[in-house]
Amino acid sequence: MRRFIWPLIALAIVIVYPLVFTTPFQQRLGALILLYAIAASAWNIVGGYAGQVSVGHVVFFGCGAYASMAAYSHFGLPPLVGIPAGVAVAVLIAAVIGVPTLRLSGHYFSMATIAVAELARLIVTNMEVLGAAVGLSGPTVPRTVFDLSFISALPYYYLFLAVLLVTLGITWWMTNSRMGFYLRAIKDSERAARSLGAPASRTKLYAFMLSAGLTAVAGALYAMMFGFVDPDSGFGILISVKMLIMAALGGAGLLFGPLVGAAILVPLEEISNNLLGGKGAGLTFVVYGAIIVIIARFQPGGILALINRLLDRRKPSATAKGASNAP
Amino acid sequence: MSSILVQVIVGGLLLGAVYALFSSGLTLIWGMMNIVNFAHGDFVMLGMYVAFVVWTVLGVGPFVGAPVAALVLATLGIIVYFGLIRSVMKGPMLAQILGTFGLALLLRYSVFWGFGANFLTLPGDLVGGTYDVLGIKLQASRLLAGVVALLVTLGLHLLLTRTSLGSKMLAVSEDATAAQLMGIRPDGMQAIAWAIAAGATGLAGALIATFFYISPTVGETLGIVAFVTVSLGGFGSVPGALVAGLLIGVIESVSAYWIGAVYKDIVVYTLFLCFLWFRPQGLMGKM
Repeated sequence: MRRFIWPLIALAIVIVYPLVFTTPFQQRLGALILLYAIAASAWNIVGGYAGQVSVGHVVFFGCGAYASMAAYSHFGLPPLVGIPAGVAVAVLIAAVIGVPTLRLSGHYFSMATIAVAELARLIVTNMEVLGAAVGLSGPTVPRTVFDLSFISALPYYYLFLAVLLVTLGITWWMTNSRMGFYLRAIKDSERAARSLGAPASRTKLYAFMLSAGLTAVAGALYAMMFGFVDPDSGFGILISVKMLIMAALGGAGLLFGPLVGAAILVPLEEISNNLLGGKGAGLTFVVYGAIIVIIARFQPGGILALINRLLDRRKPSATAKGASNAP
Repeated sequence: MSSILVQVIVGGLLLGAVYALFSSGLTLIWGMMNIVNFAHGDFVMLGMYVAFVVWTVLGVGPFVGAPVAALVLATLGIIVYFGLIRSVMKGPMLAQILGTFGLALLLRYSVFWGFGANFLTLPGDLVGGTYDVLGIKLQASRLLAGVVALLVTLGLHLLLTRTSLGSKMLAVSEDATAAQLMGIRPDGMQAIAWAIAAGATGLAGALIATFFYISPTVGETLGIVAFVTVSLGGFGSVPGALVAGLLIGVIESVSAYWIGAVYKDIVVYTLFLCFLWFRPQGLMGKM
């Protein structure tokens, strides 16, 4: 039972947060943290657990974002209705690019996914039906509650929290299923896993498709909250980068790693943008870059792996559960 | 063939030679250490900015700017190797990819912070005007960039295959421990590889800056070009990078001419993905 205490305390804090911190900025900040945590947790399935560092996850994010906005602007439907279509397209794209690229070694996979993301951005920028460079907008005035268009960030906060819990639940279920064991074996040594009969290609592909579908949901939620999507906010490579760095900072391959990463980086970005204005965007990414380099150089397991290791050192009786994921 | 098409192809070959030059740096590092430098395109971008600064401060063109850029970038390459690469190489793959990726962001947005997002250009007549050779119009800047890049790439290939330094580097890439037993310091050789690779990007950047737009994000596009070139030519193969670079230069120019400039990147990236499907080891590489 003891292993559930900390997550339950954390959950209680997360549920109470917007009721204690009630200014619009604080609630918006909370909602954004949860939103990025959803996207980074989705990335974590393939990047952290399967060890395939995708830099093209923004493609799936964009699928979800554009599908939800297209449902409104082309068919007059609530953006919510577009989500299944966005997820379907994302999963399909994941299958098509996953089959050839997941055969490749790690670096090659990352390069291929960057190229896919750039290709998608260029194609969307030149597609009139998707609004070309201007993008698509959602409903400006909510017609019904199903449009999920609110002025306050509070409804978004609880919506995102629910989706995050589902995402983490799926991840947790996956790690404890046969697939999770396969993934761990593949991450340690793909050759050894294959020779013991683990279906490496298929398992990686399933993880990639699952991750793509969840990322599409995050994209749709993003578009609904902001009310519009354009090629840069839907398919810009920096969105992939954010998912990757949040997961890596918190702890890639750990269940709560992405949430921890998002809880550190989103406030950093929001506050620096608030203080420095437009020019702050550049500085934020300088800091992001520096953080990534420092994690890679000194602590590739992320903050949670470091904390787990320190805790394990303090009480040697505890099994090295969390640290087993750390290199 | 119309003379315009010939001109487009020649232009593509000249640009492709520059692609080959900076891509051979990427392929060299991959061949020696199995590491992809995700900041490679941003190294080229830095080379462009060095050339720009040299021109603004000293008022001189690429004849000074290119060597300076090569030296600055080679120094940066050595610093990056000892400061970052040497330790992430021992770490998990996530660390290797994150390390150079973070470096890319750091470089890109430091330049963004320092110079702003605006597109800069060097004056068009910095290297002389336009010549008419057999009915083909050639810009002197493109001609200079293409010819120098071609010669340096060939020189790099000779350096790697015909000199004792090249043999030592090859020995380290084959088996670092065995090389160490033969009295070759793997560290030193890998640092030299990073210096050469980064120096090549600096040179390429300074050459391309004479006729290309300069912006903090140009490295992203050029980085992908380098990935495509290297995967097309085969990882670790400098001659492969040369052939692939020229090919991509021509494909880009011809598709820009036939279909439209906005589609040239789409054509190249699509080609890359098709290649991944059918021949992941590249034209000349072995898996």
